[in-house]
Amino acid sequence: MARRAAPPLIAWATAPALLWTVLFFILPLLAMAAVSLTRRERGQTVELWTLDNYRAFFMQGGGVFLQALWNSVEVTLTVTALSVLIAYPIAYVLAYRVPPRWQRMLLVLLVLPFWTSYVIRSYSWLLVLSEKGVISIALQGLGLADGPVGLGNTRGATVLGFVHFFAMLLTLTIYANLVQIRESYRRAAADLGASPAQVFVRITLPLSLPGVAVGAFLTFVLAIGDYVTPQILGGSKELLLPQAIMLQVGRTADFPLASAMSMVLMAVVTLAYLLFARHLRMGRL
Amino acid sequence: MRSSITIARLSRRDALRAGAAAAVAAGMGLPRAARAQDELNILVWCDHTDAALLQPFEEAHKVRINVKDYQETGAALAVLEQSQPGDWDVFVVDSVDVRRVAEQGLLAPLDDVQLPWNDIFPQLHAPELHKVGGKTYAVPEKFGYNSIAFDRSKVEEADVRRADIMWNPKYKGRIAVYDYYIPAMEMVALGMGIRPDQITGENLPQIRDKLLEIKKLASVIGDVPTVQNALVTGAADIIIAGGEFVVAGLAQENPNLDWVLPDSGGIRWMQGIGIFEASQKKELAAELVKYIIGPQGQAALATASCYWAMPTNQKAALGDAEKQRLRWAEQPAFIQNSYPYFIPDPALDKAMLEVWTQFLQA
Repeated sequence: MARRAAPPLIAWATAPALLWTVLFFILPLLAMAAVSLTRRERGQTVELWTLDNYRAFFMQGGGVFLQALWNSVEVTLTVTALSVLIAYPIAYVLAYRVPPRWQRMLLVLLVLPFWTSYVIRSYSWLLVLSEKGVISIALQGLGLADGPVGLGNTRGATVLGFVHFFAMLLTLTIYANLVQIRESYRRAAADLGASPAQVFVRITLPLSLPGVAVGAFLTFVLAIGDYVTPQILGGSKELLLPQAIMLQVGRTADFPLASAMSMVLMAVVTLAYLLFARHLRMGRL
Repeated sequence: MRSSITIARLSRRDALRAGAAAAVAAGMGLPRAARAQDELNILVWCDHTDAALLQPFEEAHKVRINVKDYQETGAALAVLEQSQPGDWDVFVVDSVDVRRVAEQGLLAPLDDVQLPWNDIFPQLHAPELHKVGGKTYAVPEKFGYNSIAFDRSKVEEADVRRADIMWNPKYKGRIAVYDYYIPAMEMVALGMGIRPDQITGENLPQIRDKLLEIKKLASVIGDVPTVQNALVTGAADIIIAGGEFVVAGLAQENPNLDWVLPDSGGIRWMQGIGIFEASQKKELAAELVKYIIGPQGQAALATASCYWAMPTNQKAALGDAEKQRLRWAEQPAFIQNSYPYFIPDPALDKAMLEVWTQFLQA
């Protein structure tokens, strides 16, 4: 009897989440897909069911939008790789080397950057990286630069702004995974003669991959769709896809083309999900 | 302690009853029409969000003004598309877009008798922009120039007066470009000897080539805060398509930040203010329009914290220092030597945006 009662209970329990997803994800996504198949001029829809916007995405202006997508993918992969490389050692030290009583305080310190506004943090980086900024002054003071050094308004500045944010996010997901690995596994490996490096490579690393995968996937998804950081720190020296989408919305309000570009971005994120899916175990967090 | 006991004894049903009763009482205490009369909803550019501009009117008329600001007309039209008729009362919009908004039936005719047309710079009346079928749908309230802004401590004004500063290799790595494609491209075209209204599909490739030349020299391309930041932090010394709206507000902190119209001319932008046809508070909205176009409102609008620019009313109550920052004395010559903002037809607009995208991606 109890087994028969369970399905309706589960259905009721998951109903709010399902309703939320349908209302705020599925329906808007369908609306966006429908809009991407229309054409507008002077604020009026002049054609329904056309693939013109997708054609424009791939062909227009000698492939400028495709280039924007490629730039976005390059920047996002760089950010994800750098964030993992920075976050893993921090998470490892936190989980295995820092006494438990200090871990809580260090975790709070890690989360501190999230407390400030994203926009203010990006502008702050621009000031730090500018010709009159701290880095430029320090380099000149140390005799490493003859004149002012401007590091802002570049792809490197965009990557730095992203990594500052996402390395901390990844540290949290990897740390949460590392502390769930049973200490007995590592001890057993050591007792059987494995060196610390072998314990890490054959026990800790494989078991912590779900945490890395979840963090990397979140980083990828959030970074590839972000408009603010490249707009503020990149100096528009090159276009990333979210900036190209915003260009269509500004004056001309070309929502159909913007929607088509967003659908392509969505397809890229879906592809990333499929690649990460094997390792994504949210329950580990 | 006493209050906690009281709360503990209230059942959820009691609390709901009390809440409902309070809501009904509040509704009955103040009739809907009377409450609605106390608010105005305005869809505007960010300069109208300044408390120094709105507060005197709010206090004088005992009204609350709800402000929604936008950056480009396309975004405003998208907001209107998703609103109900009557949601908005007052609209501030690019003068070049007044006709298309009025032709969509969104704006109400204004009473010319109530407006200080005699005080407005005569060259700015532009009936071809603000009137449709002989009726006025918006009154010009603020204007300025897409010209060249610069840091006086790094760049000679004589250089800035020459349009070729935009592609002068001497300033490689010192140039920022304001990224609103229409005025920026028109400014470059003007420097090449092409009037804004002469831009066509035929000469667009030449303009693109010149833009690509500029791209090699540019250190930053961005919106107003980005190019302002570039000038302040030393990432750039010149802003192409910048103007008083970028630097006049910063001049108190850094008097070296200045702007000037090149001798070959610049692009003159202008914004108008009108009342929505569907507004239920047209009288109050008309009072707000009169206040903003009057001497006090004009002074506050001209020096609004979001961006400074010239008031259209010659009687704006500005001080000498403020007038100097706006180059008030040079206005007759500047107006004469500038071209009104030209809005291309949809096909050319699309082609220009495509060229601009290529410029950004180069």
